Amino acid sequence: MNGLLLTTQQALQLLFTGDPELWSIVLLSFSVSLKAILLTTPFAFLVSFALSHGKFPGIRIILAIFNSLLSVPTVVIGLFLYVLLTRQGPFGDLRLLFTQTAMIIGQMILCFPTLVALGYAAIQAADRRVWETARTLGAPPWFSMLTVFFEVRFALLAAVLTGFGRIISEIGISMMIGGNIMGYTRNITTAIAMETSKGEFAQGIALGLVLLLLSFLLTALLSYLQGHKEFAA
Amino acid sequence: MMSINIVIRFDNFLVKKYLLWFLFCYLNSGIIQAEPIRLATTTSTDNSGLLREIIPHFEQKTGNVVHVLSVATGHALRLGQDGNVDVVLVHAPNAEMHWVEAGYGVNRRSVMVNDFVILGPENDPAGIRRERNAVKTLQKIARGKHIFVSRGDDSGTHKKEMALWEKTRMKPSVTWYRETGQGMGRVLQMADELNAYTISDRGTWLVLRSKLSLKLLFEGDPELHNPYSIIAVNPSRYPGINYMGAMSLIAWLTSVDGQNQIRKFKLDGQSLFFPSAILD
Repeated sequence: MNGLLLTTQQALQLLFTGDPELWSIVLLSFSVSLKAILLTTPFAFLVSFALSHGKFPGIRIILAIFNSLLSVPTVVIGLFLYVLLTRQGPFGDLRLLFTQTAMIIGQMILCFPTLVALGYAAIQAADRRVWETARTLGAPPWFSMLTVFFEVRFALLAAVLTGFGRIISEIGISMMIGGNIMGYTRNITTAIAMETSKGEFAQGIALGLVLLLLSFLLTALLSYLQGHKEFAA
Repeated sequence: MMSINIVIRFDNFLVKKYLLWFLFCYLNSGIIQAEPIRLATTTSTDNSGLLREIIPHFEQKTGNVVHVLSVATGHALRLGQDGNVDVVLVHAPNAEMHWVEAGYGVNRRSVMVNDFVILGPENDPAGIRRERNAVKTLQKIARGKHIFVSRGDDSGTHKKEMALWEKTRMKPSVTWYRETGQGMGRVLQMADELNAYTISDRGTWLVLRSKLSLKLLFEGDPELHNPYSIIAVNPSRYPGINYMGAMSLIAWLTSVDGQNQIRKFKLDGQSLFFPSAILD
């Protein structure tokens, strides 16, 4: 019990004294996951929009696929990318294995189905007349689409936050294709795994606290946005 | 109409942001930076803090950047074989020899040595403290069916352990032999929790010693010698590989300066690794 208290105390000390190594890991985690989510979002919502407003065969099947992809294990994505990116794999010449770029790509793949599925739900909930009105007023399709997005912006933002929560807390992809290289691909989750294996529990707990705090903030922001939306409607 | 105007500005802003991020990611992908040297090494050299201490000297001296991947020896050799790293620092002499003979690596140089130690619970139920021979030690553990935690991950330590079991002519059985597939640090913790015996490299043991109730019960048999070598990945197999970087790392680690840095690295006043590249 004493050990637990002591470790937690050390963890808090690390956090508040601004231990440079710890904070550089946190920063790296955020930088990678932010890039991943920002690069994925526009494309994912475009797909959501096509699925909700388009008329083509197989929409239901595509939706079912995206919904089932929501729960794909991260290690499977990691393994899949490893096989593609290894030197002898089809994309080996790009030399992307064990780089931040590879981590970003992996996380993009991970959050894509989440963004599409939640984005679809959000856009479905929008009033159809927004699209029709914009079109009748002479707006081009892409512009009318942005108008629809603007109408459901809070629900879309909620989708983005959920996707971000999923990728910043994943470890399978980061460990397998990032490789936990200090100062380059070591992020919060891989650092926790490594510190634990070294018996450095304080460092692990400190990083865990950062993740916990983040998930708390995201949840708070989500419920705030949901409240906001009801208020607006 | 008002909201539509807002959307236009919002949209332009987003498009610019998007392009900027894309450019940023592109720049970060290392195309403009100097090619890093990718070193695959064993957890024992990285977790002990050795590389973290000495690599910055090399980086300062040569302006190279080293990316350290710390994995099990078997995994490191595999990464080199597949051309995913430029150079490997490992400790499994037999496997290294085969690896070089198969044409995967070139310019193997020995860098340093330390040794393996056998650890166990304080009360030592197998009575290995008085033993003088590593093989007999394992035989005692096996005969008494005392719990033994094994790396089981094809690491250098695991290869050494398997070679020792081979010499005992006994077959470990699942009733007392725990194969974990984990790194050295994790295995030491597990052995500690299970009150079990295990074998470890001395470096990792010294790093974790203060956090464990395990005791060092056996050491000193020449059989437990643990040499580390550095090998460049064969550049003819992968033309794009950073061979020059790999060779400059090999040159530095086996130079007087590099060897002195290894000698100077101490934990609690105790040396962890002994340089072996230059004979006095």
